[in-house]
Amino acid sequence: MPGRRELSSGIDKRVKMPEEKTLRRPPAEFITTQLNYVLGWARKFSLFHYPFVTACCGMEYMSAACAHFDIDRFGAGWTRFSPRQSDMLLVVGTVTQKLAPVLKTVYDQMTEPKWVIAFGTCAVSGGIYDNYAVVQGIDAIIPVDVYIPGCPPRPETVLDGLLKLQEKIQHQDQEWRWKRRRS
Amino acid sequence: MAMEKTALLALLEQKFPHDVEAAFTDLGDEVVIIQKEALIPVVKFLYGKPHEYTLLLDITCVDYLGQEPRFEMVYHLLSLAQNKRLRLKTRLSEKELRIASLTELWKNANWLEREVYDLFGVEFEGHPDLRRIFMYDGFEGHPLRKDYPLRKRQPRIRLRE
Repeated sequence: MPGRRELSSGIDKRVKMPEEKTLRRPPAEFITTQLNYVLGWARKFSLFHYPFVTACCGMEYMSAACAHFDIDRFGAGWTRFSPRQSDMLLVVGTVTQKLAPVLKTVYDQMTEPKWVIAFGTCAVSGGIYDNYAVVQGIDAIIPVDVYIPGCPPRPETVLDGLLKLQEKIQHQDQEWRWKRRRS
Repeated sequence: MAMEKTALLALLEQKFPHDVEAAFTDLGDEVVIIQKEALIPVVKFLYGKPHEYTLLLDITCVDYLGQEPRFEMVYHLLSLAQNKRLRLKTRLSEKELRIASLTELWKNANWLEREVYDLFGVEFEGHPDLRRIFMYDGFEGHPLRKDYPLRKRQPRIRLRE
């Protein structure tokens, strides 16, 4: 039947795919891969964070950020109170529907590359506030990289979440200025 | 429920015989249930000497869905001179959901009444600035009413997914 598409596979079988090129990679790719690794290493240890603190989880954030637990050990010691200077957004606490546009604006103001941590059950899923006022998880507003559960989470949990984010940054595909974009 | 009548309650019943529906002591506090038309005279009487209920602690509303009249306004007053508390209650029907504002006597009634207006939809006559205080512009309905759907969401911005 003309114009009919396969629903299940999503691949139009009439279009013939060009044969794949041989898998010998150009030597320049070695440099690119190493640069990707070095950039990831640099970025994961220089996270400037912006604390978007709205509720009681802020106490645990302070505990994790200050001397006792000290996220500076993991290279995330700089707290920037301007989203334009930060690359890790910590959403700490309940986000209401009324606050949602503010959080969206803050996220949009951050420069690339940027990462988001949902800190505490309210930011992860709305928590106990299953009602008319509260956004059921901030991933309904902005993309989230790491979820830290707990009501509120222990500082050790926060550090664990931070390590997981670092691992993610190390292994992700880095963006840089003169990188050729895959179209 | 202790039904003993204090001197003040007896005086209120004597002074406002048609407007006071019930007056009793409950859990150590005096409770007066009145007609809604008599709110301002009763409050002014309590405000003046010698009773001096000069502090308005809270204004709330209760939704008794299925009863008639459906809503009940609750005013909490405190007399600093006597160190006594008093609850003033009055019923409002859903069709006639309006009551006099207390903003002329107390400045803090302004925000308290805006809260009740926001969450229950009670209109206050004589309020200088009656608009929503918690919920945002464009929010429809009054979320603390019992017939507001539990899971109903009204996002302010378009959500992802």
